[in-house]
Amino acid sequence: MSVMKPKRDVGIIGYGAYVPRFRIRAEEIARVWGGADEGVPIEEKAVPGLDEDTVTMSIEAARNALARAGIQPKQLRAVWVGSESHPYAVKPSSTIVAEAIGAAGRANHDSPLLAADWEFACKAGTEALQAAIALVGSGMADYAMAIGMDTAQGRPGDALEYTAGAGGAAYIVGPAENSLAYFEGSYSYVTDTPDFFRREHQHYPQHGNRFTGEPAYFDHTLHAARGLMDELGYQPSDFAYAIFHQPNVKFPQTAARKLGFAPEQIAPGLLAGKIGNTYSGAAMLGATAVLDIAKPGDRILLCSFGSGAGSDAFSWVVTDKILERRGRAPKTAWYVARREVIDYALYARYRGKLVMN
Amino acid sequence: MDLARHWRLKDQRYRLEGTVCAECGAKFFPPRQVCTECKSTNLKPHEFAGRGELYSFTTVSAPPSGHEEFVPYIVGMVKLDEGPLVEAQITDVNPADVKIGQRVEMVTRKLRAYGDDGVIVYGYKFRPIVNGS
Ligand SMILES: [Zn+2]
Repeated sequence: MSVMKPKRDVGIIGYGAYVPRFRIRAEEIARVWGGADEGVPIEEKAVPGLDEDTVTMSIEAARNALARAGIQPKQLRAVWVGSESHPYAVKPSSTIVAEAIGAAGRANHDSPLLAADWEFACKAGTEALQAAIALVGSGMADYAMAIGMDTAQGRPGDALEYTAGAGGAAYIVGPAENSLAYFEGSYSYVTDTPDFFRREHQHYPQHGNRFTGEPAYFDHTLHAARGLMDELGYQPSDFAYAIFHQPNVKFPQTAARKLGFAPEQIAPGLLAGKIGNTYSGAAMLGATAVLDIAKPGDRILLCSFGSGAGSDAFSWVVTDKILERRGRAPKTAWYVARREVIDYALYARYRGKLVMN
Repeated sequence: MDLARHWRLKDQRYRLEGTVCAECGAKFFPPRQVCTECKSTNLKPHEFAGRGELYSFTTVSAPPSGHEEFVPYIVGMVKLDEGPLVEAQITDVNPADVKIGQRVEMVTRKLRAYGDDGVIVYGYKFRPIVNGS
């Protein structure tokens, strides 16, 4: 078997979502920049407030995950944050998050803690999730937290500006017997593909336009998802839900169709139309939306994609513990529905696109 | 930018850590070393639950140095459920929708950044309680 799975059985014991409350409509961006002749790729996207960044958003998602897990923060042995919008170039987001949630702080021999920031474009969060599965699965730890969170930016007027959103999710991995969804296996696939990149000290990324589709998003997503299903011996019909990375609405719909998933299997986890592309947060946040509504016994496929490029595919099976835990923190749909629409002028201010000095 | 001072304040800023008097149970935020009720010096750290009621508020449009980028913003006095009154920014709400007596909860947000190359200071603010269902 080439499916990846630790010797010790593990699962998700808690999860938490976060989406900031501001929205800008895609048609408002089109009003300013034009270029919507071919239609806009999403309806609207989430925009963080002036006092929000990847750290503060991760803290709220992490607190939500802890509330659902019902464990003490000092029981965590890792807090890992995957993002391409860490506020500092040098200084981990993860130590700030770990202190804020009470996992770190004050020398205490009973509670060693790992913390690190992960980077792999939009795959950074699921890479951290793979590592959390391995850490708990190896027996080095009982509980580990993996976060995927981003406040993505596109160059004003660039196609990316329509979709670069903000949000993400936190997961706590623990022993399978205490899980709300146990882990069946994962399959990861990476190649050197220069579809999207940002050099050091550059504010906005470069991307390969049409190049982002076939050799990048679809090749990696389909390869990882098929690899996982083949190795586990599953068909799309074995899954109640599937969640794919969602740089827009069309890409995950096309990937799902090519793999043989029906529209209703992906609809609950497809949030890009309402909040945009949340990068490292996208697939992980789609999965929190699904966990909010899934029934015990439901099997879930989660497949990320990150430019550069690679995909992580996971299979989870929901347990009856979901029923008592999901109500302990705000639902993903609540965050998506909480919205305050802003115009391009406020958006430019909130996203630091105005040069003040 | 006093890095040492910001670092010392992180427990109270990140987790609303105050103190509780081991003799009479009085709770303090910000933390105190001497109990104002019984004069005991036997105080222990205490993490507040982060919920309370908005006691008063004002909208700031002429801010102190370092907070210009956030105007206009709301500063309120929050009466924590455990007793102490805390001054903090009120976030995630439009000024017109803020009401005295409103139930609020603690969130961790960016308080300020020292320019483009300095430290970012994070800490507590309060927002109207969300039910999230
Ligand atoms: Zn006392």
